[in-house]
Amino acid sequence: MTATDPYATTRDTTEGKVFTVTGQDWDSVVSGLGDEPEEHVVVNMGPQHPSTHGVLRLILELEGESVTEARCGIGYLHTGIEKNMEFRSWVQGVTFVTRMDYLSPFYNEAAYCLAVERLLGIEDQIPDKANVMRVLLMELNRISSHLVCIATGGMEIGALTVMTIGFREREKTLDLFELITGLRMNHAFIRPGGVAQDLPPGALDKIREYITWMNKHLKEYAELCNANPIFKARLQNVGYLDLAGCMALGISGPPVRSTGYALDLRKSQPYCGYETYDFDVPTWDSSDSYGRFRVRLQEMHESLKIVEQCADRLEKMEGQPVMVADKKIGWPSQLAVGADGMGNSLDHIKHIMGESMEALIHHFKLVTEGFRVPAGQAYVAIESPRGELGAHVVSDGGTKPYRVHFRDPSFANLQAMPIMCEGGQVADVIVAVASLDPVMGGVDR
Amino acid sequence: MSDTQPENLPATSAAGDAQTPQAEVIEQREGMFGVRGTGDTSGFGRLKRQVALPGSTPKPYGSWFDGATDRLEGLVGEGAIEKVVVDRGELTLHIKREKLVEVCQHLRDDEALRFEFCSGVSGVHYPEETGRELHAVYHFLSITHNRRIRLEVSAPDGDPHIPSIVAVYPANDWHERETWDFFGIVFDGHPALTRIQMPDDWPGHPQRKDYPLGGIDVEYKGAVIPPPDTRRSYN
Repeated sequence: MTATDPYATTRDTTEGKVFTVTGQDWDSVVSGLGDEPEEHVVVNMGPQHPSTHGVLRLILELEGESVTEARCGIGYLHTGIEKNMEFRSWVQGVTFVTRMDYLSPFYNEAAYCLAVERLLGIEDQIPDKANVMRVLLMELNRISSHLVCIATGGMEIGALTVMTIGFREREKTLDLFELITGLRMNHAFIRPGGVAQDLPPGALDKIREYITWMNKHLKEYAELCNANPIFKARLQNVGYLDLAGCMALGISGPPVRSTGYALDLRKSQPYCGYETYDFDVPTWDSSDSYGRFRVRLQEMHESLKIVEQCADRLEKMEGQPVMVADKKIGWPSQLAVGADGMGNSLDHIKHIMGESMEALIHHFKLVTEGFRVPAGQAYVAIESPRGELGAHVVSDGGTKPYRVHFRDPSFANLQAMPIMCEGGQVADVIVAVASLDPVMGGVDR
Repeated sequence: MSDTQPENLPATSAAGDAQTPQAEVIEQREGMFGVRGTGDTSGFGRLKRQVALPGSTPKPYGSWFDGATDRLEGLVGEGAIEKVVVDRGELTLHIKREKLVEVCQHLRDDEALRFEFCSGVSGVHYPEETGRELHAVYHFLSITHNRRIRLEVSAPDGDPHIPSIVAVYPANDWHERETWDFFGIVFDGHPALTRIQMPDDWPGHPQRKDYPLGGIDVEYKGAVIPPPDTRRSYN
């Protein structure tokens, strides 16, 4: 860097000298310190830094290469989703929550819809096929989310092959999402009362192809990483957090399971029929970043097992409803997929436009006014790829949510960053944060 | 719900074995589409709707709720629990704010309760509920007993103070900062109660009901559509 770079200027403040570092210019900082260099350096890492997983800002106090204090600055991706939802109908709310944690959209939708269904008192009336489809999509989503975590985590420590193959497999998963829901992300597919559409023709064949592909290729991650000495040297004993620490800080998900404790809401408080599936909860006993990696890796295999069971069940469920039978809640769900991916139901249009005026009125009221939800509050927590994702939904008996709050696992887990990083090296901060897998869309909402 | 339009409600099943709590009216709304005062030509001006939340549940509550509530009452004494609400299979304890920290300490440490895991706090603003406008709602999970419990604490708008439980549940640190940021509830005793999502110099607390959404008009082919919070809507 030359001294004339307008983005890398040096200025004096009351706190000391401030350098703006843009990369490969450490020399200018060292020479700028003069004859009496200060031992303590406060480094502002982020919010725009490729290895902070989005717009996370880390404030690190360094003494040489070691981190003496570390803090998080968040809020750079706050978009007021919870506030916006209070002005839209209950069904439109799904479109908002799916954008919170953008790597696990189906979990946001599911948590919200389960809470709305509890408020409506229709939990027992959700069709079986809708539940199987929810589980199918959620488990596929767990795979795609863990793949991003492992891929970006690998990239940050220089394991670029892990990144390229990770995104290759993720793309296969997103192709399935596109086929089933019409969109690669922001699906708004799980709706209060069921799901938006039935499986399109040929989807089961694609799912089977996907399972075959994944069974063949999921092994590669283990072969590349599990015993790789560089990988192990970077991950082992980094970001240590034991069970007591996890409990005190409200940490859930893979960080808890890496301490050897099999805390998983799918087993302890099953929802959507998880108690009827055969799967294990993988754990590891090292409480470190390597353990979290191994837990995620094993979880993908378990998720694939569940996906396979879902496919078997869906095969026998052809033609069954995917939306609750109550016409006051369920939107007409049997839509035909048009050239643009989503579409109308021609039968339904014929019915409301040509045959029944009452049906048209009902359709109009349901879509513009929406349904009313009895007053009260509900809290539903599900096991997202990052841990306990809770939706606290309050209704005042109206057509819009009175208040929706998401307890996002990324938000809660990120509180463990200081305890995992302080006392370690700067390079280990990257690994420790990556092992928590925070997604800023969920943290800031 | 109001007696004027029960037919608009979706059918509900009798959920759970808990007794149906008495409804507690917190607000009365008139008209429709948010029209206030005169000039309501919508024809819905005389429509009335009561906003009623589930009220206090009489004993027995059913399930494990009785045992846990009695145990907690025995530990913290009478009067700490203002109200017990069992609704949709969930247990809510309304706690006096002075007693909150003591209640949390027992919830965490007592062998029969053992709520190890705090899922955070969220706020709810009820501007019409005079003297109890701001609610802080806490959720806890007992991994030992596999149970969930909800605590609700209220504070008046004029004195928005609630004791912090960070000393008991460190997990609540960021959650309390978020609730302060969005609702202006001051958690006394929090180690560093600063804004967390909004910028440090932001005026006001955006999740309060009286805080405007701040949207702008959308114009399309000459037609103007107001932002969602100023649009006509069903109330």
